[in-house]
Amino acid sequence: MIPAAFQYVKANSVAEALVLLQQHGEDAKLVAGGHSLIPAMKLRLSQPSVLIDIAGMADLKGIAVNGAELTIGAGETYHAIATSAAVKQACGVVAACVGQIGDIQVRNCGTIGGALAHSDPAADLTAVFLALGGKVTAQSANGSRQIAADDLFVSMLTTALDSGEILAKVTVPVLQKGQGAAYAKLKHPASRYAIVGVAAMVTISNGVVTAARVAVTGAGPQAVRQASCENALIGSNGDAAAVKAAAAKAGDDMDYLGDIHASEEYRRAMVQVYAARALNEALAQARA
Amino acid sequence: MTSETTTPMIGRAIKRREDPKLITGQGNFLDDVKLNGMTHAAVLRSPYAHARILSIDTQKAAALPGVVAVFVGKDLLDVNPLPCAWPAGGFKNNMNTPRAMAVDVVRFVGEAVAVVIAEDRFIARDALDLIDVDYEPLAVVVDPEKATQPGAPQLHENAPNNVVVEWSAGNREGTNRAVASAEVVVKERIVNQRLMATPMETRGSIARYESSTNEFTLWTSSQAPHVMRLLLTAFVFGIPETKLRVIAPNVGGGFGQKIFVYPDMVFCMWISRKIGRPVKFVEDRSENFKSSTHGRDHVTDVELSGTRDGQITGLRVKTYAGLGAYLSTIAPGVATTLYGRIVTGVYKIPNVSIDVIATYTNTAMVDAYRGAGRPEASYLIERIVDRFAAELGMDPAEVRRRNFIPPTEFPYDNGLGLLPYDSGNYAPALDKALANVGYADLRKEQATLRAQGRYLGIGISSYVEICGVAPTAWANGQGWGAGLWESANVRIHLTGQVVVTTGSLPHGQGVETTFAQIVADELGVPYDSVLIEHSDTAGTPFGYGTYGSRSLAVGGTAMVKSARKIKEKAKRLAAHLLEANPEDMIFADGKISVKGSPDKSKTFGEIALYASVGASMPEGEEPFLDETTYYDPPNCTFPFGTHISVVEVFPDTGAVEVKRYVAVDDVGNIINPRIVHGQLHGGIAQGMAQALYENAVYDDNGQLLAGTLMDYAIPNASMLPDFEISHTVTPSPVNPLGVKGAGEAGTIGSAQCIMNAVIDALSPFGVRHMQMPATPEKIWHATRG
Repeated sequence: MIPAAFQYVKANSVAEALVLLQQHGEDAKLVAGGHSLIPAMKLRLSQPSVLIDIAGMADLKGIAVNGAELTIGAGETYHAIATSAAVKQACGVVAACVGQIGDIQVRNCGTIGGALAHSDPAADLTAVFLALGGKVTAQSANGSRQIAADDLFVSMLTTALDSGEILAKVTVPVLQKGQGAAYAKLKHPASRYAIVGVAAMVTISNGVVTAARVAVTGAGPQAVRQASCENALIGSNGDAAAVKAAAAKAGDDMDYLGDIHASEEYRRAMVQVYAARALNEALAQARA
Repeated sequence: MTSETTTPMIGRAIKRREDPKLITGQGNFLDDVKLNGMTHAAVLRSPYAHARILSIDTQKAAALPGVVAVFVGKDLLDVNPLPCAWPAGGFKNNMNTPRAMAVDVVRFVGEAVAVVIAEDRFIARDALDLIDVDYEPLAVVVDPEKATQPGAPQLHENAPNNVVVEWSAGNREGTNRAVASAEVVVKERIVNQRLMATPMETRGSIARYESSTNEFTLWTSSQAPHVMRLLLTAFVFGIPETKLRVIAPNVGGGFGQKIFVYPDMVFCMWISRKIGRPVKFVEDRSENFKSSTHGRDHVTDVELSGTRDGQITGLRVKTYAGLGAYLSTIAPGVATTLYGRIVTGVYKIPNVSIDVIATYTNTAMVDAYRGAGRPEASYLIERIVDRFAAELGMDPAEVRRRNFIPPTEFPYDNGLGLLPYDSGNYAPALDKALANVGYADLRKEQATLRAQGRYLGIGISSYVEICGVAPTAWANGQGWGAGLWESANVRIHLTGQVVVTTGSLPHGQGVETTFAQIVADELGVPYDSVLIEHSDTAGTPFGYGTYGSRSLAVGGTAMVKSARKIKEKAKRLAAHLLEANPEDMIFADGKISVKGSPDKSKTFGEIALYASVGASMPEGEEPFLDETTYYDPPNCTFPFGTHISVVEVFPDTGAVEVKRYVAVDDVGNIINPRIVHGQLHGGIAQGMAQALYENAVYDDNGQLLAGTLMDYAIPNASMLPDFEISHTVTPSPVNPLGVKGAGEAGTIGSAQCIMNAVIDALSPFGVRHMQMPATPEKIWHATRG
């Protein structure tokens, strides 16, 4: 569990990090909290020759509400987000989600940008981000662009970010009256990652569910939207029967993983159980 | 030294004296040891569970700048394989023990194939990737029962059908008759899954050889440094025992895994001598999981017979015990004596018969892990007794009570070749646990909740175990290859400070504190004036080390006996100074006075000073107060108790919530309640972890699937309930302290306590047994029929 030799450089700004990325090309990796990358390096599954440290950089910090949007700097730690009054107020599901990741040491180092850029199949934030329909801002030497949540996660451990890009900001909607969002998770007993995690966001108007976004993490190779579940709920009144019917559709259109802790069959069943839990909580918030 | 009356220390829950250094980072663990000129080893380990080594090319690795040397198994053929020190009875075949590195064949994933020595551990690790090994894969068997079947892959030519031991105990004919004629027979296949000890500090070795004296020093994270010295010199290297000093620095947990002799001890010593520089090897977590010893791995068929009114009449057991690819230091004895001889537990069972078939499989070696054989026995009997109660529709507490060994029958011979149980009174512990948990009300609540579709389970475990394993003569009869006594030297320095040296040592138990409490009370001196020295073969008397919950019952008693010898000598010296008869002297409150004349007295400090200077000793007396004891107890001790847990299972997910955990443990007299509770907490956590989380599972190719802490689930505090611990106290008659031992009791009592509760909760679904760990997925399946 000793990584291969690598060069370490500390970047002090996004601009500096972008120059370093260009300079070192494909051999370089960005590291922020390091909680996914460093273990992979120790097992020599990842052997970057250069690590560009972007942790603690001022221009990746900041939590701000602008109208209907909550923007969080990619370098904000889970702990900072979990304890932010602004996040709790604007989009509580994000604070609740990151507040249960790992343990206090992990939350002090791990960052929201790192979690989304890594696209771990069992990460929590990926599902929450998808359900919220957020977007990330990616910066490169050529400027910046926005990537919608639905376009970000390409496959296991792969995102739409280019190798010359830095994920700089994460934007999610500020939940309005009539909206609710929740995340429900079956924890892996060893890693505490999600065996199954389901995030849901719903909008109720005049007693009718007018919008729903549901995403699953943990059960398959990447976080993925649940269209048939969403469609089943939209237009309903969101009562117990509606949730039951919608949850029964969760997990229909996705690939599954299985391991010694949870088979594919079990994960499939748990997606429905946790979809119901996430939907019920989101609906309760929306009605409140 | 003060002569004031000191507060009695025994029974006080003082804080552990070793903790300040350990929790402030000042403890010196193995990896903290750095020596001049030290080199670093990295081990190339087999990726195959069974393969022939066709060739090894180390040239590229050796050429890497910073690499000092590369060695393979063939280089070390001038030293012997590791010894097995406990060839228990029933041996079918020659013992196959590992060499420092595999030579022609690898037999488990993780077996050492080559060692790189480099200037730092990073270079050493890089060089591993440059070694080319050509393997010819061979067929693999990982299941201890399948290993014995016709056509199974054979691990060792001299061990047909992979059988190590066919061992039996009890009365086969009587048991067969009892089972055949019984009103009720319950039978079950019960698996006690393989576990990994997972000490927080992994293992390792640092060896330094001095060519001028031909002497080795070995730092190693060990529970038994004196035994390591003996085994490595006399058995592996064939050198005088005096040519090796073994030092165990602070040891960060062992749970049995650090009792044994390991390949890294041998190759570090051998290479250090070869290259003339110190060699350091410390396992990483993956290596600890793959190549240090595992625990348990039993597959058992058990039948219990009885009457319809709940009287047990017979117990028939057949166990396949996987010992891994080779025999570890005491593995055969763990699977036989420490398991098979206590399989009747707390019950009076007139007919019992057990067969153990211990086998080689293509897996890491299995040896003692916290409890070592007794958790397997306790799990088995407590599970099948619960199964019996369920079959009869009787309350499991009542079935237990009906079959307890009555208190009038101690010392009790269970008919399995054990020395008699020393003392016990099982019903009061059960009653107290039932009262503490509120059993009658809980059963009512359970019925109410079931009607609402909620599934509460109540699990009972009444256990007995074997601690302070001894005496030597009996152990020798079990095939144990050496002694099982323990040593303690107590000496009083000129200033009155007390220095105790012992062959026992801590790896987390806080025995510096416990031992000092005992010695302080026995001598009537302040606790702070007692120093406990240990863990270094230089400066401590030979001793057998720490395992089997023996430190206090055996090592602590040796200390008491040495202190009593000191007191006798102090009385003789005081009598001389006071011109009185030694028989008339009284030793109390830090003073030695003449019976009937309390004014005529000397303080213990005055006598210590007098004896240390030694200017005017009486005829025939030597200077100094210095006494040594090698204490071999007349019997083991048999702690017992009842644990009760309350769980709720949730059918929609299969999740288990442990709502209550009540333990009543009788560990005899208690020296330090805080330390005993700490031991019980940790032990219960480990047993619960076996019931719910841990599973060191191999796939059919012999790959360890739970090879990292991301896969192998050990519990953290958030996964555990509060432990409600209390005691009954039945002093052991075996030793003057009346202590029994508490290091393993929690583990021995807890796995079946949780499993019985889970299965009780699932009984409305027709569940009568479930194999550990009771994962949510298994429970979810069970609730769906």
